[in-house]
Amino acid sequence: MPVRVQPGDFDISSEIHALRSGRSDVGAIASFIGVMRDFNDGSGVTELTLEHYPGMTEKSLQGIVDEARSRWPLQDALVVHRIGRMLPADQIVLVVTLSAHREAALAACAFIMDYLKTRAPFWKKERTPAGERWVDARASDDDAAGRWQPGEAA
Amino acid sequence: MATVEILYFARLREALGVEREQLMLPAGVGTAGQLRAYLASRGGTWQTEFDPKRPVRIAVNQDLAHAGDPLADGDEVALFPPVTGG
Repeated sequence: MPVRVQPGDFDISSEIHALRSGRSDVGAIASFIGVMRDFNDGSGVTELTLEHYPGMTEKSLQGIVDEARSRWPLQDALVVHRIGRMLPADQIVLVVTLSAHREAALAACAFIMDYLKTRAPFWKKERTPAGERWVDARASDDDAAGRWQPGEAA
Repeated sequence: MATVEILYFARLREALGVEREQLMLPAGVGTAGQLRAYLASRGGTWQTEFDPKRPVRIAVNQDLAHAGDPLADGDEVALFPPVTGG
């Protein structure tokens, strides 16, 4: 199950253990964990609610993982993204990539996160002292995803 | 006549007060971009939210679409703000 969307928390140790279990061809494991901050855009944030588009979410995440596997020699990859209500310091998203060598594992992990940020249908709403607000998309996320496009590589 | 199922998400859903609707495509509405323009023509909040200057993403059958992509009978069309996951 390379892609999961779930309300509950995840344990990175058991996720990686399950992913690499029974394999001896893995030389590098890269991971990324996105965590909820207690501040954003100059304001304190006390709570986060993540909405998504059931069906398209899973489809787009699977498409992103497939794209990563077509670009780098990965043994396996995992994306776990939480939905619903979250509090500061909570884990939001996990990406794990397995490869024979670190270059592929690290690059694929960054690629998956960059594409997830701009293509997977999730939306954050945050609670601040001034009330609730939808989080605006950042141009810097588009820039980060654009660096993987042909002709735009850094 | 083509009928599509339209879904609205996040800020758009809240602003419009609509989660989903079935729409028989009016004459001259055959692409994702034309549908967006038609929704704007409803006026009021619709006009505000679907103003060409507002960033709105469109997905057809759960794939991100371009304005020129055609719509067909039975399509699931979703409209939403730029995504903010991760």
